[in-house]
Amino acid sequence: MLTLAFMRHAFIASAFIAVVSGIIGVFVVARQLSFLTHTLSEIGFAGASFAVFAGWPALDGMILFTMLSSVLVGQMSIKESRREAVISAVSALFIGLGILFLSLSSQTASSATSILFGSVVGISINEVHQLIVLSIVVLLITLAIYRQLKFSSFDPIGARVVGINETLISVIFLLLLALSVSVAAQIVGSLLIFILLTLPAASAKYFTHGVAKMVVLAILFSLLGTWLGLLLGYLTNWPVSFFIAVIEVVIYVVALIYQNYFVEAN
Amino acid sequence: MAVISVEDLNVAYGNHQVITDLSFTVNEGDFMVVIGENGVGKTTLVRALLGLLKPRSGEIDIPANTKIGYVPQFRNIDEEYPLSIRDFVSLNSGKGIIPWLNKRERARVDRMIRMTDLTAIADRPLGLASGGEKQRAYLAQALLQSPQLLILDESTASLDNEMKYELLDLVTRFQQDNLSVMFITHDWDLARHFGTRFLQMKPNGYNEGPINELPEHEEEE
Ligand SMILES: Nc1ncnc2c1ncn2[C@@H]1O[C@H](COP(=O)(O)OP(=O)(O)OP(=O)(O)O)[C@@H](O)[C@H]1O
Ligand SMILES: [Mg+2]
Repeated sequence: MLTLAFMRHAFIASAFIAVVSGIIGVFVVARQLSFLTHTLSEIGFAGASFAVFAGWPALDGMILFTMLSSVLVGQMSIKESRREAVISAVSALFIGLGILFLSLSSQTASSATSILFGSVVGISINEVHQLIVLSIVVLLITLAIYRQLKFSSFDPIGARVVGINETLISVIFLLLLALSVSVAAQIVGSLLIFILLTLPAASAKYFTHGVAKMVVLAILFSLLGTWLGLLLGYLTNWPVSFFIAVIEVVIYVVALIYQNYFVEAN
Repeated sequence: MAVISVEDLNVAYGNHQVITDLSFTVNEGDFMVVIGENGVGKTTLVRALLGLLKPRSGEIDIPANTKIGYVPQFRNIDEEYPLSIRDFVSLNSGKGIIPWLNKRERARVDRMIRMTDLTAIADRPLGLASGGEKQRAYLAQALLQSPQLLILDESTASLDNEMKYELLDLVTRFQQDNLSVMFITHDWDLARHFGTRFLQMKPNGYNEGPINELPEHEEEE
């Protein structure tokens, strides 16, 4: 299987994506930004459709749309009371736009499926390089602000007291999130982004109480899902995203059971 | 030597004046209790001292290199809070660019956990700790960078009487290393027991002095 170039590309690309989603996911969960991740994936869908319409690579359109909107949407929805209304409005607008761009472009059906559900097996070597570069950028920036990001995500009140610039950290993180959403969409599609960006981290939280260990576990969980998903997809010819979704959900359910029956019992 | 000196401080939210012409000094080694009714501006004063709030006028003089540790009045730590006590304390290990803690930083976290009697439960999630254990963890985090001044905003409010005294006994143990304390409270007995000086805040003025000059507490209706 690994003698096939396209499978090799898929495995390499998804390894990087798993690492990015694992580490970013831990902070998405800590900062309670799952809802925003969802909105960003819909914005990404509109961006990718726009790219198809304009004749660009889908990834470029996604990055453009998500980066431009992430900070704005993040700031708009900080007030919890407004969150739901903001999500609904923004999602509706961008899904609508996505549908419009797709219907205006000539190659609707197949590009729509790959945007929505992912197309990792069809990935080219150039796209693999692009994904790797983007992943490395996200990882380097994350590591550079890691301590401040950790403090402000897990104890925002304490972080402000020691003079961490919460606004700056939050803006940087939203941009990193936008990039991660665009990157992750390349495997699981924009419809299933939270499967890599929130589920593995949410599961990791139940097994350990340290940030570094959560990051490691979340990376392992997303790696397990993507690689096993690719393998099963290759063997059965069923969609890879389907397997990734099932694997991550199973891990999450196991985590919940572990928490409820083994941790709380003693 | 003064750790903080405040002169003619005025603080307002919009046009709601909260602090008017306040002056006081906290000297090295002081245990200053700040006492006053709800809403009189105690937390507002602390936020101004920490630079989280810009005063309308007046001066706050804090010598360069003075670090302040602060245990806030409210913190959003619920049962689901995922971090262990050790990881929570170590969050305050500085803003360095190296993601992991070095040997010295880890040793400092361990030492602080030991000094706040948290060693036995350091790896348990903070969310499941008792009220008193939580307060000790907050204290450990605030003291991790060895501040010269520690500000406690009603840190004893949720504790039973015995625990209140235990927590403050612990705080005074740290005063052997020249730690000054500003302790905000509604508890007059506690104030008299631990304070060396007091600052009484009232809606229409202030009172400051050594603790034996703290007036009798009149119950307000
Ligand atoms: N962010 C804010 N915006 C506007 N007004 C505020 C704000 N925070 C506090 N206030 C007002 O300032 C006054 C002082 O509040 P502060 O929290 O400093 O009181 P406090 O002395 O700490 O009270 P407590 O004992 O209840 O903690 C109150 O009237 C309060 O309503
Ligand atoms: Mg207060």
